[in-house]
Amino acid sequence: MVLEYLNIFFQETYKILFLLIPVLVTVAMIVWLDRRVWAFVQKRRGPNVVGPFGLFQSLADALKYIFKEIIIPASSNKVIFILAPIVTMTLALISWAVIPFGENYVISNINVGILYLFAVSSLGVYGIIMGGWASNSKYPFLGAIRSAAQMVSYEVSIGVIIINVLLCAGSLNLNDIVMAQKKIWFVIPLFPMFVIFFISALAETNRPPFDLPEAEAELVAGYQTEYSGMMYAMFWLGEYANILLMCAMGSILFLGGWLPLIDIYPFSIIPTPIWLIFKILFLFILFALVKAIVPRYRYDQLMKLGWKVFLPLSLIWVVFTASYLFYFDLLPVY
Amino acid sequence: MIAHSIFFYTFSIIAIISAIMVTASKNTVHSVFFLILDFISISCLFIMIGAEFLGMIMLIVYVGAVAVLFLFVVMMLNVAQQKNQWFLSSQSSKHIPIGLIISVIIFFELIIVVGGWKYKPDLMTSSNLIINESISNTHSIGNILYTEYIHVFQLSGMILLVAMIGAIILTFRERAGLKRQSYFKQISRERSDSINLVEVENNKGVNIDD
Repeated sequence: MVLEYLNIFFQETYKILFLLIPVLVTVAMIVWLDRRVWAFVQKRRGPNVVGPFGLFQSLADALKYIFKEIIIPASSNKVIFILAPIVTMTLALISWAVIPFGENYVISNINVGILYLFAVSSLGVYGIIMGGWASNSKYPFLGAIRSAAQMVSYEVSIGVIIINVLLCAGSLNLNDIVMAQKKIWFVIPLFPMFVIFFISALAETNRPPFDLPEAEAELVAGYQTEYSGMMYAMFWLGEYANILLMCAMGSILFLGGWLPLIDIYPFSIIPTPIWLIFKILFLFILFALVKAIVPRYRYDQLMKLGWKVFLPLSLIWVVFTASYLFYFDLLPVY
Repeated sequence: MIAHSIFFYTFSIIAIISAIMVTASKNTVHSVFFLILDFISISCLFIMIGAEFLGMIMLIVYVGAVAVLFLFVVMMLNVAQQKNQWFLSSQSSKHIPIGLIISVIIFFELIIVVGGWKYKPDLMTSSNLIINESISNTHSIGNILYTEYIHVFQLSGMILLVAMIGAIILTFRERAGLKRQSYFKQISRERSDSINLVEVENNKGVNIDD
């Protein structure tokens, strides 16, 4: 009995490590990729010194962070101050449990996968609020408040966009959503929703042009101002893991997940995880390009865009999609 | 089965302790964090009895949105100072009767539910809802909610809408002298509307206020 449990425990641990270690390495690599793309657009060189093409720059940075002293401000709320980066990091990593890399390559194939992803990404705001409040300092607090308002607003439109996809797929299971795109990827019939999802994902992950919570010109570094050493690095890793997760969510909802581009010979022999990774990288390069070419939004414009443009537009699109599917009798039936 | 009980008791103990800590902790922000912990453990319990949809909705709505706004309000108000004044003043005894009435009502409700569960075990099964085991939790909720209870569902939606409009009207105030940005006005401005070239004679100056 106990042996059986232990066996299951070790098997699951093995699976989780097999997923998480590549995710963490990829996070380190995409930080480098982000900086390279950014530099490329602005005709700079970017990090190119450590290792071939500067590939090991992130590892060098990580090493530097590990050996730096962790400073905890005297007037901070120490428990919450230490908890905040841990929460950010954990939430960014646990959501990878439901991402399907293939028909059977998934740790947990749960019925409500998309709701789980949405729930975990909506919890991500806590890491930021906790960090900002516990620092007991002005800039982090302002950054945290900005970010709370921003993330809650853009979550609403992401939720409505997910409803659009669910209407077409007819299931909350991520694998079923991917399989429903076998005929046509949802990016084609739902293209406006894909654009809105992409922009909302930028706001949700606090990426430029919506990086108001850490706008360095106004708030030093926002909620991260008081953090140093490894704790800062954890915030940073969590942030990039969240960005990767949003890219994965976008590719599963709209770009056909692990499905190949076309299901014919040279494409169909490439293993399915590679396809998902390609799509995630494609979306990530778009994220990096946006960072390089778009100036930062003003805060009131950000709120206006979220509530007055994206929310009505995606709601109208839900009505439109539902009516279209109902009228032409295309609704997926169970 | 053992693993199931271990998880059940872990989550319920965390839920109860954090519920006590919500009222017991001195710092209001800590109270909200305990409330969040409570919500999370309750949603874990929901998932354990197979109601995964309810568990996830609990996480999204309560933890992801409602508790964030609680936290927001509690952080912005300086509650510690206000609480001191409130306890010191004689005003505090005014609220005790209302609190007592509400807690008595909640207590009797709990007694009714627990008593019904204890002395009439077929209370749950005697309702005329047909639970189809073959379809998932989400589908069965949808089947019931949008067919039998559609009017109640719509009514609750309307009540929420009215409440939302009421809240907006209560807090909205129009400030005078506020300059608003209008994209259409900005874009539709022509050069001829805004720029006027004036030939200025020497030693005369020009009047710009016309």
